[in-house]
Amino acid sequence: MKSILTQSRWSPYGVGVGIGMLSWVTFALMDKALGASTTLVRTVAAIERTITPSHVYSNEYFSRYLGTVADPLPIVEWQFALVVMMVFGAMLSSWLSGSQSHENIPRLWKWRFGPTKGLRYAGAFLGGVILLFGARLAGGCTSGHGISGGLQLAVSSWVFFMCMFVAGVVTTFLMYGKKGREHV
Amino acid sequence: MFENFFSDPNTLFMGAVTGLAFGFLLQKGGVTRFNVIMGQFLFKDFTVLKIMLTAIITGAIGIYGMRALGLEFSLHIKNTALLGNATGGLIFGSGMAILGYCPGTGIAAIGDGSRHAIFGVLGMLVGTALYAEAYPWIKSYILEVGNFGKVNFEMVTGLSSWWFIVVLLISSGVGFSALERWEQRH
Repeated sequence: MKSILTQSRWSPYGVGVGIGMLSWVTFALMDKALGASTTLVRTVAAIERTITPSHVYSNEYFSRYLGTVADPLPIVEWQFALVVMMVFGAMLSSWLSGSQSHENIPRLWKWRFGPTKGLRYAGAFLGGVILLFGARLAGGCTSGHGISGGLQLAVSSWVFFMCMFVAGVVTTFLMYGKKGREHV
Repeated sequence: MFENFFSDPNTLFMGAVTGLAFGFLLQKGGVTRFNVIMGQFLFKDFTVLKIMLTAIITGAIGIYGMRALGLEFSLHIKNTALLGNATGGLIFGSGMAILGYCPGTGIAAIGDGSRHAIFGVLGMLVGTALYAEAYPWIKSYILEVGNFGKVNFEMVTGLSSWWFIVVLLISSGVGFSALERWEQRH
């Protein structure tokens, strides 16, 4: 058991089976589907609410997750706890194997865009902005649409999955070209 | 302001345990690493697709299997809004290529020690805020196009979900075993 836990990588098929079985538990015992990006909506709504509550409660999108002033919905709910603990799950796993990444600039990025930390941080930030705008427009992310929706054979999720993959490949080749393959 | 801020402890505990397991599995699978995700988009490392399709097939067999055996629980199918799902997916994919993570793996990557992922997650918060401001316009012009409700392939085609599961299982089985042989040769 110990040796399995201290391995730095597991077979991707084993991990896939594990995540699939985790979804059995969430559906059957918790009446929930694995997801991540909705928590960011709740986080942003809670932050903006402390600054300008009237603006947030009048926003139709935030209201879906916040409820009303008189009857607010919880911010820290099932998925919020899940997302917070994902950080610790990954931390635990990497500590057990002694393989923390400590990555500031990935090798591929450095090869293409140079060793400036600030540039990579700005790129990561911009990528995050685009990523979540797309996730909310599509109605979910790789977990909620890709895995949970995919396994329910949902039409919306398979459309999302295909489009996301095509755009990911095209953007990657536009950014790094075929030569990028030598740097991952 | 903090009235009803938290769900009940039981719900939070279940979410926390699920998250701990999910984050653990993502790290052990290697997908909390920028190189692994970009390796997929460059068709050099197929870890992402191996994990995702195995999870989808395992999940589908279990979910539809348990329902066939008479266990009662609801599905959580997301709304079909074809234009939104498709353009959202395209925007998401470009963002994922720039950041090198998706939301879940990016958040987990912070636990794995990735520092640039922190800036990615900050960007995600800004992207969410921008979407909320654009929502009224998007709702009237995008989300109503191709809106077919919460449907899966069985509801649309009339064919049993098991046909789709079998096709997925066979095509992935054939595809991945060919891929494994190819990977061993290279």
